[in-house]
Amino acid sequence: MNKYKTELMVGVFIVLTIGAILLLALKVANQTMTNAGDTYNLYAKFDNIGGLKVRSAVKVGGVTIGRVADIHLDKDDYTPVVTLSISTAYEGFPDTSSVSILTSGLLGEQYVGFQPGFSFDGVEELKDGDYLQDTKSALVLEDLIGQFLFNRGGKDE
Amino acid sequence: MNLFQHIGRETIGKVAAIGRAGLMLFGALASLPKLKNVYLTVRQIYVVGVQSLLIIVVSGLFIGMVMALQGYTILVDYGAEGSLGPMVALSLLRELGPVVTALLFAGRAGSALTAEIGLMKATEQLSSLEMMAVDPLRRVVAPRFWAGMISMPALAVIFSAVGILGGHLVGVDWLGVDAGSYWSLMQSTVEWEKDVINGVIKSLVFALVVTWIAIFKGYDSIPTSEGISKATTETVVFSSLAVLGLDFVLTALMFGIE
Repeated sequence: MNKYKTELMVGVFIVLTIGAILLLALKVANQTMTNAGDTYNLYAKFDNIGGLKVRSAVKVGGVTIGRVADIHLDKDDYTPVVTLSISTAYEGFPDTSSVSILTSGLLGEQYVGFQPGFSFDGVEELKDGDYLQDTKSALVLEDLIGQFLFNRGGKDE
Repeated sequence: MNLFQHIGRETIGKVAAIGRAGLMLFGALASLPKLKNVYLTVRQIYVVGVQSLLIIVVSGLFIGMVMALQGYTILVDYGAEGSLGPMVALSLLRELGPVVTALLFAGRAGSALTAEIGLMKATEQLSSLEMMAVDPLRRVVAPRFWAGMISMPALAVIFSAVGILGGHLVGVDWLGVDAGSYWSLMQSTVEWEKDVINGVIKSLVFALVVTWIAIFKGYDSIPTSEGISKATTETVVFSSLAVLGLDFVLTALMFGIE
């Protein structure tokens, strides 16, 4: 085995290792967007976002059109603001569209369900930076049970 | 009486062996590494690291693929197939990466180290080195030890990365798990320090144990063909047992009670 080839192969080995570490650091453990393509941002205020996470999917009828880019609390009225990063391939949703936080399956992850509204005269298209007015919060199981018990209590009397 | 004598002799023999192993490692590592010995280490990294790459990559790929396949069939019943990413990544980073790499390394590289050093001893190459006033511990043992310590964590990291890509291949490209939830849930679950760094620490400990056992078994072998074959077998058996036992202890310390 000549010296040059040995050193070359060890070099390749070390580079492979660094590549694997980078993959683990950036793609597995850290938060980095790997999504290709241009996006535009829409904002939505919810009362309760439940278990929604950054990078959760935004879906129209089951088709993923974007991702949740950021979640933060509005400093004025203390409600969560969700930034939706939508692919520019899906532009021009009407202003009357609504978003709700849904769960896929019984135990699945939560995602943003986007419901395009009707477009008729006088309805503008949603543009980058717009707020969605019509939002429905995540269902919180404890609240549901509480309401159910409260209703039953009322009926009995 | 013979029984007690036997137990006594065995115990003294084992303790003496541990002492010899410690002395050997101390002799090899206590002296400052010389610059001209760096090439010897690089040469050994080629032998134990680069030449183990194929078996590590192939097993990593298939273990990742199998985990994705098995995990999917169970998770899909609960509509939780999005959790496939965290499942594959965590089991690889925390357990399978370091442990399987160490087991494969013991079989692929550890046995070779034992046989090589054992044969050097049998053909009196080690004694010849000493005759020429070259310390065989520093010339032969130290480069192999450092090569093992560098190669195994590197191989474990490559194993985990390839396994996660294999899980992606089966889970996302074949079975149709959403690529976003595969990566995003993985990213929100896997923590750099808790999972990745602890996995690397584990493989460093395994590297120390496996390389140490392999080198010592060769260095301490009975210099006959039978002795070398026994030493090689013992290397694989002892280091596999040590890795599996230590893995439980390390897991309990790292991920157990908090």
